[in-house]
This record gives sequence, structure tokens and C-alpha cells, in this order.
Amino acid sequence: MVIKQSVKRHPSNSSLLSDILIYTILALIASCMLYPFLNVIAVSISDYSSYLENPTRILPGKINLGAFKYVFSSSLILSSYRNTIIITILGTLISVIVTILTAYPLSKKSLKGKSIIMNLLIFSMMFSGGIIPDFYLIRSLGLLDTLWALILPSVISSYNIILMKNFFTSIPESLEEAARIDGASDIYILWKIIVPLSTPIIATISLFVCVGYWNSYFSAVLYIRDQRKWTLQLLLREIILSANTQLLNAGGNFAELSSNNNPLQTVKYASLIVVILPILCVYPFLQKYFVKGIMMGAVKG
Amino acid sequence: MTSMKIRSLQNPNSKKSLLEYIFRNKWLYIMLIPGITLLIIFKYIPMYGITIAFKDFNVVKGIWQSPWIGLENFKYLFRSRDFFIVLKNSILISLYRLLWGFPVPIILALLLNEVRHIYYKKAIQTILYLPHFISWVVIVGIVYNFLSPSTGIVNHIIKMFSGQPIAFLQKEEYFRSIIVITDIWKESGWGTIIYLAAITGIDQDLYEAAIIDGASRWQRVRYITLPGIMSTVVVLLILRAGSILKNGFEQIFLMYSPLVYDVADVFETYSYRVGLQEGRFSYATAVGMFQSVVGLILIWITNVFAKKYGEGGLW
Repeated sequence: MVIKQSVKRHPSNSSLLSDILIYTILALIASCMLYPFLNVIAVSISDYSSYLENPTRILPGKINLGAFKYVFSSSLILSSYRNTIIITILGTLISVIVTILTAYPLSKKSLKGKSIIMNLLIFSMMFSGGIIPDFYLIRSLGLLDTLWALILPSVISSYNIILMKNFFTSIPESLEEAARIDGASDIYILWKIIVPLSTPIIATISLFVCVGYWNSYFSAVLYIRDQRKWTLQLLLREIILSANTQLLNAGGNFAELSSNNNPLQTVKYASLIVVILPILCVYPFLQKYFVKGIMMGAVKG
Repeated sequence: MTSMKIRSLQNPNSKKSLLEYIFRNKWLYIMLIPGITLLIIFKYIPMYGITIAFKDFNVVKGIWQSPWIGLENFKYLFRSRDFFIVLKNSILISLYRLLWGFPVPIILALLLNEVRHIYYKKAIQTILYLPHFISWVVIVGIVYNFLSPSTGIVNHIIKMFSGQPIAFLQKEEYFRSIIVITDIWKESGWGTIIYLAAITGIDQDLYEAAIIDGASRWQRVRYITLPGIMSTVVVLLILRAGSILKNGFEQIFLMYSPLVYDVADVFETYSYRVGLQEGRFSYATAVGMFQSVVGLILIWITNVFAKKYGEGGLW
């Protein structure tokens, strides 16, 4: 013990050197991760002339919020925002509730039929019908061009159910037995005992599901044609990749925009920020939960 | 007395007691209903839809009424030039991701584990995990702008050194590298979590003993930490090998263009294009089915290997 403490307190010269090296490497890598975000933020709130001066900036130049005004003046971005918020909130709620309900019975050691259901879940992770059968199913259900097509297919995630199940299994059974002796039903036990004890894993899975819905793009490409049903990611792709900024203002005061010294580049960057801002705001607060949640769920149950 | 009231989950013996058993645990079974229903509708019914691959599918007639044509679609697939391009791209892009991308999270986790200041470590982790939560649309949007020949940062720097601007995303020779680099940028920070979890499972006494024996820092990493996470590394490596045909849809779909189809087209993008853009439903289903079936066989084989290494495999 004494030796260990002395080692920790007085790192040798070589250890100090390697410390400096490790800290520097990590700082460099972290800056690579952070740089694009800083640059996009800086450009989006700067005047276009500052961008032309120095496109690599991470500090804003002459502040000009015209790009954001332009983006938010569009009715298309407002309807896309609304659609994305609807599918994210509704999808997360449904998915987390269904995941909890499915995981709890599966956490019972000797429930009859449990292994069949586990096998069905695992097999669905490894094999799927593919794009065309999925598309045909949604079409047959009459869900094309509805927001349900973006919500329902991804409610069930075998991975999340297994993560949740492993966590439930790790809760001591004695806690339930006491309530059961008092005549509590399974629903009551799940709601009053299991759920409150499982907040780290529920927070983790909620975050995954929520981000998954917010970021989902492929399902919208497959199932949505109607512009009024577009999601943010779909709209963003059109703005950025097709340089189709006129989409934002179908009426087209793009000329006015250009004269406002707010051309394409800053508008593109502003729309990027509009899409990732909610995630950037929520993320740091939830971070501590998901690391904890994953580590506990990853322990094999 | 009380043990009488505790409902047992013991195995029932006869049919009557099975019904009794189900009734006694009715709430548990009722809870399963929504999940199982959604699972069957959205995962298992599309599996039946795979029969489209063996039919001359017609949207108006539907799956049942369309005539069977046997293996026609597969014959066409294996004879087409596209198939080999797509197969080659799928495998090559996966292999490059594996070769360059797989070691990065391991190295990052080892570096992070050496950081003693808890706040510095947490700050770095927060930043490293961030890109995982950003959608491919946003990341590709940033990449497009950074690499733009006229206004992008990269070409700005090239021009500063008086070079010629390059349209990176339209050049076959750069495309796969851009895919691999952006993938590493997005996912390698997140990938450290599983290794960090494995590292916390290593017995701390080993380190203390090593320090007393005078082991250097590098020796501790080399002879304690690395062997401690080796089984995790092996299992993840094997599982990655099992999904060698899978590249995901969004990243490549968002970045590619007809100019680079020859190096960029993978199964996911190809079956989307021929199926939903060209309307060749049966053929596209056959493409998807080839990928799924081969993928399933590969995962099954690799799982056998994973079990051999004592980690219990996936199932």
C-alpha cells in the first residue's frame, strides 16, 4: 500500500513524460472530433464575408443571424420540425413502454415459453426480409406517407429488450417476493418496484431510442413522399446535398437573401445547427447515465 | 403458511395445470402481447415476403397472385456484371473498415485508462462519444461542405499551398477512404465503451502486485490490461467478420453518386436502387435475400468460433 501510494504521488520522470504524451494525444483526437462542430457553429452565425475571409474559423467573425432567420421563416422547416418531434416523442414513449413490458416477463427464470420468444428476438436480429418486403408490408398496411410508418417498425429492438432483460435479472428476487406475499400483482410489482430500481437502464435506452428516431433517415426515404410529412433529416439532405435552398421558401425570396449577404453556405450551416441543436443540448446531461447503463446491461445476465 | 401464497413458477405436469399455470401468470403473458405482436408484424411477416424473390412480382396482383418463376432472379443476379461489383465493394469496404477502424477504439480505451485526472477523462469521453449521436445526414452534410471544390475548407488549404482543388467525392480513388475515415470519426469513440467496461473487470490487485515488482507503465499495459481485454477483442473481431457483407445504407447512400457507383455500390444501396427506383421488386428482393442468407451463415459460423473462445457467443 505504502509503495503504491508513493508511486502515485511521485511519478517518475518517464511516467510524467508518458503522461504528457497520452494527455496530448487524447486532446488532439478530441479536437478532431470537436472541430467540425465548432466550425459549423461559427460559420452559421457569421456574416458570409467572414466565411470567405477564413473558412476554417472556429470563432465567429462579424455576427449575422440572417441565415437562421431565413431558415426559420420557411414553413417547410417548421412542418418538418413538427413531424420529427412527433415521431421522436411518440416513438420513444411507445418503444420504451413496450420494451419494459416485454423484458420483464423474459427476466423470469422459468417462465414457460420464454426460450421460444428469446429465440424469435435473437433470430430477428440476424435475419430480415430486406427492403422490398418491408416496403410492401408498410404499403399493404396503408401506412405509406403516414408518420406511423416511421414509428412502428422500429418500436421493437431485440438489442434493447435483451439489455433491459439483463438488467431486470440482476435485481434481487427477494425484493419482489415480499410484495408478492402481500398479494401484489405482477403489474404492480413491475410498476412500483422494478421500474424505480431500473432508472439507469431506462434512461439509457430512452436516450438511444430517442436519438434513433430523431436521426432516422432511411425509413423516411422509403416511406414518405408527401412534402408535408417530411422529417428534418429528409429536408436537411435536400438542402445540403442538392443545394436546394429554394425549398425552404417555396415562394422564393432567395434573391432577397443573397442581397442580404447570406448565401448558400451560411444557410446550409444554419440548417445543420438547427437539426443537431436539440441533441447538443440534451447530450451532456444524459451522458453519465448511458455509460453507467451500458456497463451494467453489458454484464452478461 | 406464507409459502403457500407464493405462486410458484414450477413446471406444470398436465394440460390442466398448464392452463392453470398460464392463468396464474396471466399478467406476465398479457405484458408480452404488444411486443410479440409488433415483432411478428414488422419482423416476421416481411420474412415471408422474401418469397417475392421467387415470383414474377406484380404490385397490383400482390404476393399471393403473382406467378412463381423459381430461381430466375438468382440466375440473372449471378450472371450480371453488377453482382460482382457489388459483392467486391461490400467486402472491400467492410475489410477496410475492419483493418483501419477496428484497432482505433482499443487504442483509445487503453489511452483513456491511463488518464488519472477524472475530470480530464470525463471531458475527453464526453467529446469522443458525441459524434455517435449525430445523424449521417448531418455528418455527410459537413463532409460535403468541407470537401467542396469551390468553397470547402480542405480545398481552401490545398489552394493556400497553391495546389489544384480536388472534387474528392467524385473521384473513385478517394471515395472508399472517405467512407472509412468518416466512419472511424463517428464510431470509434463510442466503440471504446465496451473495452472500458472490460478494463473495469480486471482485478486491481494485479496492478498493485506489478507496481511492487517494479513493472513500468508500458509493461502493465502490455502484460495486464491488454491480456485482460483480449477475450472481448477476439469476440468483437469474430462478430465483425460475421457481418462482412453489411455496410449499412445511410452513409454510402448519402455520399455516393453515379460517378463513383463502381467503387461505392454495396448490397444495401444496390437493392434500394433497383427495387424502389427502377421498380424491379423481385430482383431487388433476391439481391437482399442473397445478402441476408450469406450473412446468416457467416454469423452462425463466427458464433461457433466465439463460443470456442469461452465468451459464450451471442446466443
